[in-house]
Amino acid sequence: MVDLIYQLFPYAIAFTIPLLITSLGGLFSERSGVINIGLEGLMLMGMFVGAFTITRLEMTNPGTAVWIGLLAAVFFGALFALLHAFACVTLNANQVISGIAINMIASAVTVYLARLITGSGNIQIIRGMSRITVPILSEIPILGRLFFTQTYATTWLVLFILAFATFLLYKTRFGLRLRACGEHPHAADSAGVNVYLMRYLAVMISGACAGLGGAAFIVTLSGEFSGTAAGLGFLALAALIFGQWKPWGILAATFFFGFASTIANVSQVIPALSQIPGIYLKTFPYVVTLIALVLSSKSSQAPKAIGEPYDKGKR
Amino acid sequence: MKTKVRVKKDLYMSLFAVLLGLIAGAILMAATGNNPFDGFNFLFRGGLMNIERIGNTLATATPLIFAGLSVAFAFKTGLFNIGGAGQMLIGGLCATAIGLTFDWPKPILLMAIIIASLIGGALWAALPGFLKARFNVHEVVATIMMNWIAYWAVFYIIPQYFKGPFLETESQRIPAAASLKVPWLTSLFSGSYINLGIFIAIIFVAIIAFILERTTLGYELKAVGYNRDAAEASGISVNRNIIFSMAIAGALAGLGGATFYVGFASNMQIGVLPNQGFDGIAVALLGANSPWGVFLAALFFGLLHTGKGFMNAMTSIPPEIADTIIATIIYFAATSVLIERNWDKIKKIRLTSLINKRKAEQLEADSGGEQ
Repeated sequence: MVDLIYQLFPYAIAFTIPLLITSLGGLFSERSGVINIGLEGLMLMGMFVGAFTITRLEMTNPGTAVWIGLLAAVFFGALFALLHAFACVTLNANQVISGIAINMIASAVTVYLARLITGSGNIQIIRGMSRITVPILSEIPILGRLFFTQTYATTWLVLFILAFATFLLYKTRFGLRLRACGEHPHAADSAGVNVYLMRYLAVMISGACAGLGGAAFIVTLSGEFSGTAAGLGFLALAALIFGQWKPWGILAATFFFGFASTIANVSQVIPALSQIPGIYLKTFPYVVTLIALVLSSKSSQAPKAIGEPYDKGKR
Repeated sequence: MKTKVRVKKDLYMSLFAVLLGLIAGAILMAATGNNPFDGFNFLFRGGLMNIERIGNTLATATPLIFAGLSVAFAFKTGLFNIGGAGQMLIGGLCATAIGLTFDWPKPILLMAIIIASLIGGALWAALPGFLKARFNVHEVVATIMMNWIAYWAVFYIIPQYFKGPFLETESQRIPAAASLKVPWLTSLFSGSYINLGIFIAIIFVAIIAFILERTTLGYELKAVGYNRDAAEASGISVNRNIIFSMAIAGALAGLGGATFYVGFASNMQIGVLPNQGFDGIAVALLGANSPWGVFLAALFFGLLHTGKGFMNAMTSIPPEIADTIIATIIYFAATSVLIERNWDKIKKIRLTSLINKRKAEQLEADSGGEQ
């Protein structure tokens, strides 16, 4: 049993990380007052751009291709999110419909382009990210083996971004303003905050994070772009809600979901787990999110102005 | 008179969104080195060229009609049902389960399949409706969660109970008695996918139009959609209507699932969330949430989806162009509020200038009279 946990842990963490960063992106967008159902599409864009860039570069510069791919995914994720921001912030569009449109545009356009490139629509990368064992820390009993062996560099990058994002949101002027836009945009505006600009930035940050999440999934776990994000973006959205729109809540929620999904994925091959029906493990994140929504219905932590287009004239 | 203006305006809005969608498709074709005129030529010919393809267009449109009706119906009550995909899966699962389990004569079996898919879809959507009514859980989030619960439920139930002979990832083929396809219709359209679903869809379009326009239930549902507080104050039970509305929307999507999985197709694949659930949102937006508008919009999307294969065979344009066009239409439909507002503004300016002119004339006439 202990060995099993040791075996599963690296996979669970690797699965958690793309969810965590995407969910964190969703946090920025929703805390600024813009619902982001388009996380799935933004992730898919990151997967496509990441896989495409890496396949182009891995022959000539095998060492840096993965990192350039991640960077490109971040950039194009942010760029693609601009479409959502433009609809929601400038055009006062329905944010849910715009998010759905983002998902549909992403899945149509990326597969369209992938088909032109490879014919089959799948883009396979040759070398993903290699696992590293952190030198001294991995010597720590138990914890060292759980957390510091066979890790990916993206894991540490994302955890660093998590810490930085928490600092940014809660300890800086920028974070306070961003959160104010999601709670009471009119008050924020009258205090001199440019609500439109803040929301644009927040949505673009969410695109960048989701793009990174998608590309991280490609370079660590899947190794190919296959035309779908398989619901990861929606899982990240569920984690955002289950984590009650808070960074550390999201960390806990994504780890929870990541672990459950990992167990479900491997339960077929590991006898000790095959007794647990996969259906319970796979539906677990969504069911607990529904339950969490019911339980928190009295005291929801959701940003108050979420989903409302900001209209300066109504101040 | 007023409704006529409204319909005209909606029609212009929809045509404008379609135009923008087609332009976006043309740009994407041109940007990837293809001739858009060729592309559209083959796209539309692929959906209309002969009787078989017309049949396929109708068959492809059938689940879209149901999915669109589902979204439009919930929208009338101010609810956003984006759980169409999950409800379709559950409806399809119920239909497949009945079709593979019972050995009844075709009419009885089809009746049972229709009823089971209606009930399955209705229950799957009634839960988010209940959560919304009782706990104020946002239906958008709840239906997304229900989509993925349905996805994984089908993923595990099909291989366990209805596994096909060759592949782990699909169910057995349903017997001919359980299929909505009937020989006379198939041969009439020279072997296309068309099935009884299209007739059921037309009947349901008429039923929904009747419920919304001519019944107390429809009136109450719409009243809740227009103004929840006013409806509550005038004695309409808002909570009950929310659950009703979601259940009916889910029933429509569930039946749509049956027309897809035991009509258009003849088995269920696992690991796929049916696109029609989301296309239904586009259908409802394009059809301006009116039942017959939904019908027309679904036919148009059915045409795009049917023609894309032919276009792909004749040119080097990938079939995803159809999905790109539909997605762009949704995007522009979402932003059409702005266009609509400007439309109203132009109307208002025209109207005020007209009124001012009249006033000036009146004033002139009055002052003329005094002299």
